[in-house]
Amino acid sequence: MMLEIRNVKKNFDGHTVLDGIDLDVQKGDVTAILGPSGSGKTTFLRCLNFLERADSGTMVFDGERFDMHNAKKAEIARVRKKTAFVFQNYNLFLNKTALQNVTLGLTSGLGMKKEEAEERALKALEKVGMADRLKHYPNQLSGGQQQRVAIARALAMQPEIIYFDEPTSALDPELIGEVLSVMRELAEEGMTMLVVTHEMDFARNVSSQVLFMDGGKVIESGPSKEFFAAPKQERSREFIRAIREARE
Amino acid sequence: MDERLWGILTDSFPKMLEYGVKVTIPLTLLSFALAFVVALGVALIQYARVKVLRQICRFYIWITRGTPLLVQLYIVFYGLPKVGIMFDAFPAAVIVLGLNEAAYMAETIRGTLEGVSKGQLEAGLCVGMTWPKIMWHVVLPQAMRTAFPALSNSMIAMLKETSMAATITVMELFRQAQVINGRVYEPLALYLEAALIYLIFCTILTFLQHRGEKRLGSYGGTKA
Repeated sequence: MMLEIRNVKKNFDGHTVLDGIDLDVQKGDVTAILGPSGSGKTTFLRCLNFLERADSGTMVFDGERFDMHNAKKAEIARVRKKTAFVFQNYNLFLNKTALQNVTLGLTSGLGMKKEEAEERALKALEKVGMADRLKHYPNQLSGGQQQRVAIARALAMQPEIIYFDEPTSALDPELIGEVLSVMRELAEEGMTMLVVTHEMDFARNVSSQVLFMDGGKVIESGPSKEFFAAPKQERSREFIRAIREARE
Repeated sequence: MDERLWGILTDSFPKMLEYGVKVTIPLTLLSFALAFVVALGVALIQYARVKVLRQICRFYIWITRGTPLLVQLYIVFYGLPKVGIMFDAFPAAVIVLGLNEAAYMAETIRGTLEGVSKGQLEAGLCVGMTWPKIMWHVVLPQAMRTAFPALSNSMIAMLKETSMAATITVMELFRQAQVINGRVYEPLALYLEAALIYLIFCTILTFLQHRGEKRLGSYGGTKA
C-alpha cells in the first residue's frame, strides 16, 4: 500500500468537518472523492498535504508513518516532496510566465539547475499541450490553459501522487474537456491521483475507486464500477440520482 | 516687473536650485531609502504575525502617525540633546523624515501583501518552497508592483516635507529662500520661486513614476 490514511478528524469552530476518514491508495490508483458540497472533501485533501492541520489522524506514506496533527516541519517537507497539488483556482504564480511557473518549484523547491529545470518543465508543458505558451503570463491564458499549466507544474515535480481539488469547478463548461482529457491521459499512464470532483463521467470512466463522503464521514468506498453499478448505501444512490437529474 | 526684483530672482534661482539639488534631493532619497527598509521590515513582521515584535510595530505606527512631523523634528533635534543624544541637523532630518514616512509606507506595503491571494503561498508550499523563498519570488514582487504607485506618492510627499528640515537649521532649498528673503525682503516673489522649484522636482518624480510603472508592466494583464 502506498498511502494509508486512518481516522482523520477536523473541527472548525466546534463544527465537525471531518469525522474519522479512512482511505487506502495503491500505486496507480485513481481515487475519486465524491460528495455533496460541504461534505469535507476539500478539507480532507488539504489535510493530506498539511495545507490544513487535522486535529488527529495518521498517514502511512511509503511505509513512513506521520502523525497528521503533530507532523514536524521536516516531515511535512518530506510529504510535500512526494506529492503535488492542483487547486480549484489554479493558483499559478501571477508574476511568472507559464514556463517560470513550472521551473520555480524545481529550482527553488528542489534546488535543480536552471537548464535542467527548463528541460523538464518543457516536457511537462508539452505533455499538457501548452508548449506554445511558454512566455505567457497567467492573466493572458484562459482558465483551461491555466489549469493545464498548473498540472504541468505538478507533473514536473515528479510526485508519487497528485492531489486534485475540484480541478474543473472554476472553469467555463467549454473548457472543462481539455483539462479532463489531460487528466485522463495521466491516469492511463499509471499516475496515482486523488481527485475531489463533481465530474461524474470522469469518476465513472477514469477512476478506479471511489470515496463517497457526506457530513464529514465516509458513506461508501470501493471500486468505481461497483459504486456506480450497484451503490450499497441509500445515501449514495440518492447522490448519484440527484447528479443525474441535475444534468438532464 | 522692476529691474531690482528681476535681478533678485535671477540671482536667487541658481542658489536655490543648487541647494535643492545638493541637499533637498539627497535628503529625500536618503530618507526614502531608510523609510523603505523600515517599512518593509515592519510590514513583513505584521504579515508574518511575529509575536511581540508585531506589537512593537503597531505601537511605533500608532505613535508616528499620531504626532506631527514638525513636533517629531523638534523632539529629535532640540529635545534629545537634553538626554545626551545629539545629531547633526542633516542626519536628524533623515532619521525623522525616514521613520515618519516609514509608518505610512509600512501600512501601504502590509495592505498590498495581504492583498496577494493566499493561494499563491499555498501553491509555493506545494512545490516544496520555503516561506522566505515564496515571499521573495512570488508574494513580494506582486505586492511591490501593487504598492508602487502609493510608494511613489510617499516619495513625492517626502520631497515636500523636507522643507520642514529648514526649521531645524538644515540648509536646504526652502531655508535658502528664507535666508535670501532675510536680506532683500521679497517674500512673495522668493517663496513663489521656491514653490516653482519644488514643482519642477515633483514633476520629474511623477514622470519617473509613470516610466517605472510602464517598465514594471502588469504581468500581462490589467490586474497585477
